[in-house]
Parts: sequence; C-alpha cells; structure tokens
Amino acid sequence: MILQAAGAGSSGYSPAFVLIPRIEEQEAWENGKSPKMATESVSLAAAAEVPEEVRAELELVNRAREGDATAFSTLIRQYEGKIFRLAMNITQNREDAEDVLQEAFLKAYEHLDQFQGNSKFYTWIVRIAVNQALMKLRKRKTDRTVSLDEQIDTGEDTVVREIAAWDPDPEERFSRDELNAILTEAIDGLTPIYRTVFTLRDVDGLSTEETAEALDLTVPAVKSRLLRARLQLRDKLTRFFKRKGDDAFAYM
Amino acid sequence: MTPLLTCKEFIAELADFLDEKTDAEIKSKLERHIAECPNCWVICDTTKKTISVYKGMKACSIPDDVHSRLMAAVERKMAAKKA
Repeated sequence: MILQAAGAGSSGYSPAFVLIPRIEEQEAWENGKSPKMATESVSLAAAAEVPEEVRAELELVNRAREGDATAFSTLIRQYEGKIFRLAMNITQNREDAEDVLQEAFLKAYEHLDQFQGNSKFYTWIVRIAVNQALMKLRKRKTDRTVSLDEQIDTGEDTVVREIAAWDPDPEERFSRDELNAILTEAIDGLTPIYRTVFTLRDVDGLSTEETAEALDLTVPAVKSRLLRARLQLRDKLTRFFKRKGDDAFAYM
Repeated sequence: MTPLLTCKEFIAELADFLDEKTDAEIKSKLERHIAECPNCWVICDTTKKTISVYKGMKACSIPDDVHSRLMAAVERKMAAKKA
C-alpha cells in the first residue's frame, strides 16, 4: 500500500545525464565467468601485523579444524545472518538463499585448512557464498521466463532520472518494516551484478578491494558498478524520500 | 584558474568522492562544482543518504528454522568427518 501511495507523485523530471560507457565484463560475468573458489591461500603476514580480531578468528578456525564443534558454531553464529542476507539479496529467493547458506558453511568447514588468517573469516567465506549464489542464479536462468529488467541493457543505466531534494532524515517517515520493504524492493530491482556489488560494498561494508576479490573483478570494474548501483538505488528511493513540498501534487 | 568540471565528469567521480578516495586537487574541483550546480548537489546529497540508509539496515536475524537446519547439516558433516 505504501509503495503505491508514495509512487503516485513522481514528477518525471528528466535531465539527461548519460554517463560512463557500458563495460563488456558484465556479460561475461553473468554468462558464467565464475568467481574463483576461495581456495588459494594468501601469503602469510607477519603475526605482529594481524589484527586481534583476525587472530581470534584464526584461533577459532584452528580449534574447529581439530574437531571442536563449539568453535565452528561460534563462527556460524557470527556470520550466518550476513551470509543469509547476502544470499537473499543475490538470489531473491528464500529457498535458494538457505541452500547457499548451508553450502557456504559446509564448504568452508571442508576447506578450513585453506583459511590462513590473513583476512577476516567473513571475507574468506563470502567468496564461497557469492560463488554458490551465482551458480544458483545461472541455473535458474535456464528454466524460468526471462526477466526484461535483467536482460535489456540500453547502455543508459546511469541516467539520472529524477532530481529532487530529500528530507534530512527521510527514513524517519517510515516504520522499520516499511523501510526494510522499500530498501529491499529497490535492491531487488537492480540487475544481479549491481545488487551483489552494492550489498558487499555498502551493506556488508567490505572494502572495494575485498569486493573485487570476492567477485573476481578488477577494482575499476567494482567501482563503476558500484557507482551505477548507487545511482539507480538513489533514483528508486527518490520516489519515497523526496521532500514533500517539492512535489506539486503532494497536497492531493 | 582551472575550468569547471562538467556534470558528467562530476558524476563519474561521485563514488570516489563519497568514499573520500579522491585526491585533494580533484576533491576541490568537485566541491566547486557542487557549490555551483544545484542538480549535482542534490544527486550527491541523495546518493550519500542512499548509502547511509542501507548502512543502517541491520543484518536480518536469521529465521530459527533456517538456523536449525544449518546447524543440523553442519553436525552431520562433522560426524561424517569423524567417522
């Protein structure tokens, strides 16, 4: 109900900022150039440079490797929510997301030897999860109706369609559930690569470099996708968040 | 005096600008641009807010049934490894 009501007042202001040529890699990415499994080990940093948090996780991993079930459960509890949300964002399907979650932790358990403790456990397991989630998407693509949103690329996906100032704290107009619904719907409207990059970088808080590593993309490729994802989300959210007075029909 | 950036150039730098990754020279050019271009000011401000509302989104607490099935799957795996 809220979605309909707020969408009704869109002003259709359309300055044509057409930006940044499309990058071919998206196609390759979506057509099966899969990010590598997180199997290679990273070079061992000197122990003194490893942050305390990472060292504590390595300790948990070592205990899990030796058969301590509680240690692995601790890691699961710490990251299952983030992995599940990521999987939901990429697959947009609860059943697939649950599969991804299980496969990610099972594979991580199997390959614990390969975790060297040079980065956070999350940046290691997230690569496995992303890989699993993308495989789900590819599998699904072959047996479902093609979605126009995902297939058509006009090369103008960084067009800024609507320019209207927002309230200083636009999210306060909505309850938490309403806000979550709005934010989720906006993310779901992005193509898979954009929502994946955005989720890793801006929702999960990975660095650009970590995101690039998780997706097996170059840093510039992550940056250009991130920009487009942010601009597209901004456009979608403007419907809900723009300052009331800026809409000529807001009083109706 | 250096020429003003175009809106297109401004948007191309926006992600780095918001992440505070631009060097000082570009940063001052970008700041000059938004000081004089209301449209780009709005785009910059609303994109910044877009990022911040998503940052505030909490990781959903995982549904109990999903958590239980995950733990069961992991326990099976551990048992199989021991055997």
